[in-house]
Amino acid sequence: MNVIIVGCGRVGAELTKILEKDGHVVTIIDKDGSAFERLAEGLDATRVVGDGTDMETLVRAGVKDADAFVAVTNGDNRNIMAAQIAQTMFEVPNVVCRIYDPLRQKTYKALGLRSISPTIVGAKLLRNDLYFPDGQVTSPDRAIAAGDAVPLANPKHGSATQS
Amino acid sequence: MYIIIGGGGQVGYYLTRELMRQDHEVLLLDKDAARVVELTAELGAVVKRGDACEARTLESVGCERADMVIAVTGDDEDNLVICQVAKERFGREKTIARVNNPANEKLFQKLGIYITVSPTNNILHLIEAQIPHHKLVPLITLSRVGLGLVEVTIPASSPAINKSIRALELPATVNIALIVRGDANITPEGDTVIQSEDRLFALTTENGDQVLRERILAEDTVVTTDTVE
Repeated sequence: MNVIIVGCGRVGAELTKILEKDGHVVTIIDKDGSAFERLAEGLDATRVVGDGTDMETLVRAGVKDADAFVAVTNGDNRNIMAAQIAQTMFEVPNVVCRIYDPLRQKTYKALGLRSISPTIVGAKLLRNDLYFPDGQVTSPDRAIAAGDAVPLANPKHGSATQS
Repeated sequence: MYIIIGGGGQVGYYLTRELMRQDHEVLLLDKDAARVVELTAELGAVVKRGDACEARTLESVGCERADMVIAVTGDDEDNLVICQVAKERFGREKTIARVNNPANEKLFQKLGIYITVSPTNNILHLIEAQIPHHKLVPLITLSRVGLGLVEVTIPASSPAINKSIRALELPATVNIALIVRGDANITPEGDTVIQSEDRLFALTTENGDQVLRERILAEDTVVTTDTVE
């Protein structure tokens, strides 16, 4: 898939690495050119300096040919707006963004925008670790949080469309 | 009316002041504590500190009974979210967003913002109105109801000159609301006769802009500027 990632913070950089490893073509956008220093060495990802909520920047990054779009800047509203531009103006088939505020996530879920709330995910994982400090209960979520490998279904051929 | 305003910059400040003068119940929200102190000194208890993007904040100021929610921060993403949260969570239909980047106006309209105001686009349209080539100028677009307000200056070449409005047989998608002739405002009636250099203000729906271009301006069917969506 052609994937566009908006925001080259820790999550954006890590996601770029994972997706390239899975064989996808990644374009990553950040307002600050020095953010790309977070990317691991040897990655092929195309780097675009610009505002991910600006349509001209997105066109420059190839949004018209994108199969998937991820917005992970450090602002909930920027992510929401970038993702809605990709979904509404460019009809990218697979769009997801990060929203820290759980209430806002709920609102946008109702509006048909897919998102991950690290606040909720993180709090639940921390709770699990507190309840089971010696790790006798394992789950994919827990393994992911601890940095262990978790098999995914067909990571290289993941469907570009969403339900 | 009860009006909630998000963003206490220059626009938010003057808007609050004017609306208070008109005896509306106004509530102005700003995130910045220092700015809230300044604004409160000027405007009084109508100013509250809070992030208008947050549902909790909007709830605490009684958003569910607001007649209108207006987002005028300097950040388009914040204005978009304020309006969308007000609409989706609190069922507020009348949302007005300031659009800083003119390219975002279409996006906001597609996402159901009731009224979008783009100062940049407005100034561009006004400049276009000064250029002879642009004779139809969109003034405001209410995407929610598919309604536009446009200004048309009648060129000397217009086939409408010396015809009455009735004789133009305009469809229901065009409603001429006002004619400005020199310094005079004329309320148009069926037998009002159009003259060269008249400025027509018309409410248009659907293909209304196109009808005006063809029948009043005798332009080709090529659309040159934004049309009402």
